[in-house]
Amino acid sequence: MEIYLYTALFSPLVGSLITALFGASRKTYFTGILASGLLFASFVSSLILLTYVMAGHTVHVEMMTWIATGDLYIPFGFVVDQVSVTMMMVVTTVSTVVHIYSIGYMSHDKGFNRFFSYLSAFVFSMMVLVMSDNFLGLFIGWEGVGLCSWLLIGFWYHKESATWAANEAFIMNRIADLAMLIGIFMIYWNLGSLQYDVVFAHISSLPMPIITWIGIFLFIGAMGKSAQFPLHTWLADAMEGPTPVSALIHAATMVTAGVYLVVRANPIYSEIPDVGNAIASLGAFVAMFAATMALVNRDMKRIIAYSTLSQLGYMFVAAGLGAYWVALFHLMAHAFFKALLFLGAGNVMHAMHDELDPFKMGGLKTSMKWTWILMTLASVALAGIYPLAGFFSKDLILEVAFVEQHYILYTVLLLTAGMTAFYSFRLVALIFHGDKRHLEHGIHPHEAYTFMLYAMAPLAILAVIAGMVFKTPYYQMVTQLLPAVQYHIHNHTTFWIMTIGTQLFVILAIAYAYKKYAKAVKVDKKVESGFFYQLLYNQYYIPKIYDEVFSKPYLQLSKLAWKQIDLRIVDATVDGIANIIYQTGEKTHTMQDGNLSSMLRWMVIGVVVLLVLAVAFTAGYNAVNLRAM
Amino acid sequence: MFEAVAFYLFAALTIVMFTITVMTSQALYALTAMAAGMIFISAFFFILGADFLGAIQIIVYTGAVMALYAFGMMFFDTTRNVIEKRNNPRFVVILGGLAAVLVVLIVLAPIVTTDLNAHYPIDTSVGNSQAIGMVLFTKYLVPFEVAAVMLLVAMIAGIVLAGKKMDKSLTLMADEEIALMHALSHDTTEEKGGH
Amino acid sequence: MELTLNHYLVLSAVLFAIGLIGVMRRKNLLMLFFATEILLNAVNVGMAAISHYRGDYTGQMFAFFIIAIAASEVAVGLGLLIVWYKRTGKIDLDQMTSMRG
Repeated sequence: MEIYLYTALFSPLVGSLITALFGASRKTYFTGILASGLLFASFVSSLILLTYVMAGHTVHVEMMTWIATGDLYIPFGFVVDQVSVTMMMVVTTVSTVVHIYSIGYMSHDKGFNRFFSYLSAFVFSMMVLVMSDNFLGLFIGWEGVGLCSWLLIGFWYHKESATWAANEAFIMNRIADLAMLIGIFMIYWNLGSLQYDVVFAHISSLPMPIITWIGIFLFIGAMGKSAQFPLHTWLADAMEGPTPVSALIHAATMVTAGVYLVVRANPIYSEIPDVGNAIASLGAFVAMFAATMALVNRDMKRIIAYSTLSQLGYMFVAAGLGAYWVALFHLMAHAFFKALLFLGAGNVMHAMHDELDPFKMGGLKTSMKWTWILMTLASVALAGIYPLAGFFSKDLILEVAFVEQHYILYTVLLLTAGMTAFYSFRLVALIFHGDKRHLEHGIHPHEAYTFMLYAMAPLAILAVIAGMVFKTPYYQMVTQLLPAVQYHIHNHTTFWIMTIGTQLFVILAIAYAYKKYAKAVKVDKKVESGFFYQLLYNQYYIPKIYDEVFSKPYLQLSKLAWKQIDLRIVDATVDGIANIIYQTGEKTHTMQDGNLSSMLRWMVIGVVVLLVLAVAFTAGYNAVNLRAM
Repeated sequence: MFEAVAFYLFAALTIVMFTITVMTSQALYALTAMAAGMIFISAFFFILGADFLGAIQIIVYTGAVMALYAFGMMFFDTTRNVIEKRNNPRFVVILGGLAAVLVVLIVLAPIVTTDLNAHYPIDTSVGNSQAIGMVLFTKYLVPFEVAAVMLLVAMIAGIVLAGKKMDKSLTLMADEEIALMHALSHDTTEEKGGH
Repeated sequence: MELTLNHYLVLSAVLFAIGLIGVMRRKNLLMLFFATEILLNAVNVGMAAISHYRGDYTGQMFAFFIIAIAASEVAVGLGLLIVWYKRTGKIDLDQMTSMRG
């Protein structure tokens, strides 16, 4: 089984390195096909590992020693257990689809080869993250995906906004990663090991405050990667990257790494239910918060990004309430339909010549029939309509909140579910129904390449069946590792009222979205100039506040440091040293006059100086020694 | 008493002779003063019981080295006074004196403070020359051989450097020039043979 | 009045100083060679004296080797001097400026 583990882990790396060789050369389809093929190999290996794990085994290998100093021993160890194999399946499935899709999507881009190199490198980092058997390996993968995310958001580096967004994402993640590193240090400091099994076996022996702090610091790390409030602004800006990147990294895999961390560290969080409640509350808040921003936004990709943010909030609610398997299940289901949604958006963008404002589209269902069907399917799944994936995973989270008697969380999530349905179908209605507003802009849309649609098909199938078919086997598999808690509402009447009520609420929201946007779009000036609309449209003014509170003072500080400290002190010191040497040379080069006689004289002076030193040191040495005697 | 008188006498003579060597502007004076100084130096060796060294001093310096210098000076125009432009003579004297004082300090310091053990103690039962020979050909055989090789090298170097046509460097000449030179020397020998 | 090692060492130092002054003072290369001979002889006196007063042959051995070195130095040095004189017609130190940078 180890060979499959290594294949799954390293074939993306091989693909990345080989395509990197062609990074600077002209576009060649070979790179895309190679990278996709290697990822498919990784996918197949993961599938084999999945069947193996389903049979009740786990694979744990120690590839080599990595750090061994004193008491610190950290191997390059990898583990394939019920949790990591789930993540591996999600990562390899989505990334294989995205790779194949990208061959079409990026076919007109000059950086085609470079793109595949980055994308495969990302998948490798992500595999390291999910497969590592210790916290430090996880951290390396964590940083690796951060780096690849930076590279890919800033892929079109000639665009000012793209580089800005890339840097923003990177810096925000750094802040969170510092906290995570502190958490890891605390684990090592207190337990002397970073191996998951050792840490989790002994975590309960630690005093309560320390576990709490470890949990908090690790969660701050997760907050950065999963873009939870207040570190959420980078995710929407990250949409500057190519759309396949948004689908793979900023919807399906990397941003869910935070959820994975909490799920993976469930023995820690089980010890500290208070922190868990805080996580759940924050998750619910972010779910609502992001959904409200998505209601009014006018950028197709940003709407989907806020929806991702909102769904991550759901996952954290589940994870915070101890329903780790539910969180992981929603993570998986969400990965499928959200990636599908993004890829559909990519098709629309191609057809619309990179136009992102859905108010300038409309009526695309005639020219882009398949994209319409796929995106509608994804939106239905996202809204959580029976029997698609979202119903099983998202409604389960609502049930968890209800069963755990967090009724406020439940209400918030229910409202958010309505909003989710509304904004998803607002988007679908604006893009695919109504008047062909794009004709005014002289755009004639066309359907994407057929193979891109075929590439999206697996995701569509998964988005439909993931909940229905996978739920039971998934539950049986993953609860061998995670706490097995069934969330059932025992009162049948309540259960049916809730389920049907939720469905009705969601369907009503969808119907309202269609009614409002599917025909003619009426712009209501009064509403748009209202306070709430402006507040939401400007993302609660948070980017502006960050700019005022952090960026501008920091700029001032940097300027001060540059003008006062760097130029006046550091540069002056360096220049001074250089000047002293230069002046000394200038003054003493007359010594080298080429006259042997004066050279002899200098030689004698040197001899005398050395003799003086010898006498002085001998005298000093004797003086000290004699006193000692 | 006799030793002391001899020491002071020869010390004075040596210093005077060497001072003349260093200070005079006549090359011939300098040469003769140095030869005399060397002989006076050998007197110290005899006083110190290093008979062999004294004999060597006289033979090598006054015999060989002085002869070399004398022959060397025949190349140069030594009848003239040596004209030397010099600057800041006081500085030179002070520097020399300072160096001397420091050397004395350093040489004296370890001898006064530490007790050294003799590696090769002086054997009074045999003569100095015999004892020197014993040590030289047992403990110092390798340095002796090296010194011999060095002298050989110096001898060859002296011959080569001062020999004929050494003002021309074969390595610095072009091939045609060397061929021309050979042709010329060939001609002269033939001419000689012809006569 | 007993002679001690110090007497010889002081004499040796004085002779060394004379030699050093000569090295710095002389511009004529031949005269410079004389001065270096004085330096070597000054050291030899010190060596022989130490050998005598410490009762050890090592000093005499070194004096012996110094004499050998001095002899070879004279041979090679004079040879070079003659070559130089043949080329330039001068043996003045101040005019040997090929080492000027």
